[in-house]
Amino acid sequence: MKHLDFDVVVVGGGHAGTEAAHAAARMGVRTALVTLRKADIGTMSCNPAIGGLGKGHLVREIDAMDGVMGRVSDRAGIQFRLLNRRKGPAVQGPRAQQDRALYRSAMLAATEAQPLLSIVEGETVDFIEKSGKVSGVLLADGTEISAREVILTTGTFLRGTIHIGDVSYAGGRMGDKPSIRLAERMDNFELPKGRLKTGTPPRLSGRTINWDILESQPGDSEPTLFSFLSKEPEARQISCGITHTNEKTHEIIADNLDKSAMYGGHIDGVGPRYCPSIEDKVVRFADKTSHLIFLEPESLSNDTIYPNGISTSLPENVQKEYVQSISGLEQAEIVQPGYAIEYDFIDPRALTLELRLKSIDGLFLAGQINGTTGYEEAAAQGLVAGLNAARAVLEQEPVLFSRAESYIGVMIDDLVTRGVSEPYRMFTSRAEFRLSLRADNADQRLTPLAVSLGCVSEERKKLFYNKAKALESAKNLLDSCAFTPAELRAANVNVNQDGSRRTAFQLLSYPDVSLDTLLPLDPTLKSITPTIAKQLERDALYVNYIERQQREVDAMKRDEKQHIPVSFDYSALDGLSNELKLKLSRSQPQNLAQAAGIDGMTPAAIALLLAKLRQARRSKGA
Amino acid sequence: MSTIFAQASALGKAGVSVVRISGPSAFDAARKLAGSLPLARQTALRVLRDAKGEILDEALVLCFEEKASFTGEQTVELQTHGSIAVVRAVLAELGKHEGLRVAEPGEFTRRALANGRLDLAQVEGLADLISSETEAQRQQALRLFSGGLGELATSWRESLIRASALLTVTIDFADEDVPVDVKPEVLDLVSGVQTGMKQQLLGFGAAERVRMGFEVAILGAPNVGKSTLLNALAGRDAAITSEIAGTTRDVIEVRMELAGLPVTLLDTAGLRETDDVVEKIGVSRALERASAADLRVYLVEAGDQDSFEPSAEDLIVAAKADLLAEGSAGVSGLTGSGISELVARISEALLNKTARAGLATRERHKSAMERCLSALESAVDMVGRGDEFSDLAAEELREALAALNSLIGRVDVENVLDEVFSSFCLGK
Repeated sequence: MKHLDFDVVVVGGGHAGTEAAHAAARMGVRTALVTLRKADIGTMSCNPAIGGLGKGHLVREIDAMDGVMGRVSDRAGIQFRLLNRRKGPAVQGPRAQQDRALYRSAMLAATEAQPLLSIVEGETVDFIEKSGKVSGVLLADGTEISAREVILTTGTFLRGTIHIGDVSYAGGRMGDKPSIRLAERMDNFELPKGRLKTGTPPRLSGRTINWDILESQPGDSEPTLFSFLSKEPEARQISCGITHTNEKTHEIIADNLDKSAMYGGHIDGVGPRYCPSIEDKVVRFADKTSHLIFLEPESLSNDTIYPNGISTSLPENVQKEYVQSISGLEQAEIVQPGYAIEYDFIDPRALTLELRLKSIDGLFLAGQINGTTGYEEAAAQGLVAGLNAARAVLEQEPVLFSRAESYIGVMIDDLVTRGVSEPYRMFTSRAEFRLSLRADNADQRLTPLAVSLGCVSEERKKLFYNKAKALESAKNLLDSCAFTPAELRAANVNVNQDGSRRTAFQLLSYPDVSLDTLLPLDPTLKSITPTIAKQLERDALYVNYIERQQREVDAMKRDEKQHIPVSFDYSALDGLSNELKLKLSRSQPQNLAQAAGIDGMTPAAIALLLAKLRQARRSKGA
Repeated sequence: MSTIFAQASALGKAGVSVVRISGPSAFDAARKLAGSLPLARQTALRVLRDAKGEILDEALVLCFEEKASFTGEQTVELQTHGSIAVVRAVLAELGKHEGLRVAEPGEFTRRALANGRLDLAQVEGLADLISSETEAQRQQALRLFSGGLGELATSWRESLIRASALLTVTIDFADEDVPVDVKPEVLDLVSGVQTGMKQQLLGFGAAERVRMGFEVAILGAPNVGKSTLLNALAGRDAAITSEIAGTTRDVIEVRMELAGLPVTLLDTAGLRETDDVVEKIGVSRALERASAADLRVYLVEAGDQDSFEPSAEDLIVAAKADLLAEGSAGVSGLTGSGISELVARISEALLNKTARAGLATRERHKSAMERCLSALESAVDMVGRGDEFSDLAAEELREALAALNSLIGRVDVENVLDEVFSSFCLGK
């Protein structure tokens, strides 16, 4: 029997697992990544794209912490598009179509290259526990891996069930077996659980698609990359195709609804409302006679097409029939049928803000197992769990992400405070401070934190400080250049002729003024590079709103600093309704900000809680 | 840290009411009202005035320095006469100061806690204090919501959630198969809320009037008999009457009770073109006061030129009925004919106004609605500027919803997403 010893062990080589393992290793602790097969590292089981609205923000933030997802996506990206390009910069999201094979190999290469990180192949079947603390894992071949902290990132593999029509079988992903033994082991922990489902579309053979009659969607001519370190895409760039379902398609689906796993009553799990199956769309939005489908190539090196928009759990023959009713797909062949998958998730309210289980020492959970969906959401959780596992090994304070500073913070707080009722996906609207949490300033928001944690490469550190310096001196310059209304009129900038001078920075907040407009007025402004100028223009655009939000931010940060001990007794709080007492003791908020986020909390209840906290602290100090 | 204020004593009529101001600008704010402040922890009697110099009340002023007050912040307590109207006027005036806002429920206590001002014994007692406060809030909310405001607020909430959802769809699901132009529906929803809220604010004014009194201005050409009418209405010679046109050059006020409502009648200078400097001032003052009044009574004589534009609810009355043919409608201050009919018409008009009152009654409701309206106005502006500004439009709507929260409880992003997912077919 082999015995291995590490500081941190990560179970699962998906997006949460890789990011967790990298984060822990970057923190300088010996880390093992345990996966069934090395070749599966970085597999995309659903659609071959990274980023998007809200999700692109997460990738930028992961990158700002020197994570891997952004860098790998830039290497494997085959079509880059900035979504919401014509909307405000705060809600623009970078997205890139990925070459699955390139992504896997780039992720494997990055993982093999990461110092202190070892890949271990094997199936994890049990935990090693010592005096009530999880202190390692046991593999199916009998190998024992001991570790100070364990991070579980098993995605949909916990009691995964795949459904195609009325056929169903156990599986974590098409072609893979689920982790039943581990699931049974997890049952012993008696954690609160739920069941979710998600679906995939049939994969098509690109050769059999009549591309000539279809609309084509090219990438951006100037691609927006994810990583602050990347300069340009490496892979050849391609276009996607666009087609639509029609009334015939809907008729076929409606006629066969009883054969759908979902509508035939075979699935109990709750699916995401924002990503319904084609059956769902046809039933719920019966008045729509057509739905959009994006035909996304999965790879430069093979022929598989991912038809985004028609995920299904209908039987194979029905899938074929409805696919071939669609324009351009008349001859299309299905290379892998669409399926729905049901899986267990752990109620994330059982976790702390570090993503550590409250009831089990030494065990972190990250990714889809926590009820989320999406590669980016998984990776961001992996990052948080990896950093905190390493911090725990190093006996350092936890790293907590604030809602006021990052989408990562928004997501973690949403998960552990409110739990999930459907697979959780990031949206920009979930971030109340989204005007300041932009994709373009993710490095300004998070890289200083990453530097202070010591998880950043020298290259990034240097790049970041150079940019920060350039931003600062450019900002100073913009603040010191001021122009009279008359001067501005000469440069075709219309302001009130009130005689008061306006600084260049103030002028940039005007919707129709850019740095280019001001260049003729002061030649020194030419020293500002376009990238720096762009970010400052964005800062200026939002400056008034951000100032207005500051009070809210301050209040939240103040409340975040008020820690609530785990042992806090809510039942002893006189003057609080029983309902609130129950909610509080169930969710065990770690700080006052989290408590305030609980449904039904009133300002008075928060004041009362604060009073008791102070009382407890004083009597402790006395 | 903002400076907050609120009535610290019980609501309603009392011998004395206490208005508390706490925060870094508390002294400055109080100085603006009281002129000068006494030394800390010493009381002094001061006349409180609004920005225009009008007297609000005479109050006992008591100042506490930072770290030596209930909240731990600079604090001023104004002990005013215990009249609802006085307190309301003082609060309204404070609300106009920049950087000041109405305290949230429990906020003074909360600040006291945050600043470590409460000792153990006080903390012990706090639970009861707060539960009584929430009970009061509950009752207040119940009262509020058993009335029409509940339904209204619910419809505002629905409209604003829907409007937010529409913007959210175009922002968060822009890469999907969703409607692109949501502008007309958003603007429609927002304008519905604006109209409803503005009506409520007008109603708030009426509720305030019930306590503070209505103003009714009498207007008309010179020598049409305005002062005679006023005297007849007031039952005593309050205004000087003569037959020389332009006698009343200033505005004369008479307080009286009509149909149980406190009413101030305003007699004004006759409206005419004049070269007399003093009279000219009188005419412009008359117009100014009259336009601010709650109701205007226009006295007209046959052959008068229309030098004014009455609004729909204003009363137009034929003057000098004693000179008209027997039986014709009109009013004569001299003979008293038509006076009781006029009183009935004025009363009816004022009672109509009070009928609208009563839903939003608290200064807090009013300030929440005002904050909401101002955010909605900016939202409309941003929506109008096009897609590029949809994130800012959404932010203004978020601000508007946040303001509405203090009326109807929390609305959060989940409500918006629920609306999004139930109305739009999303998911590629």
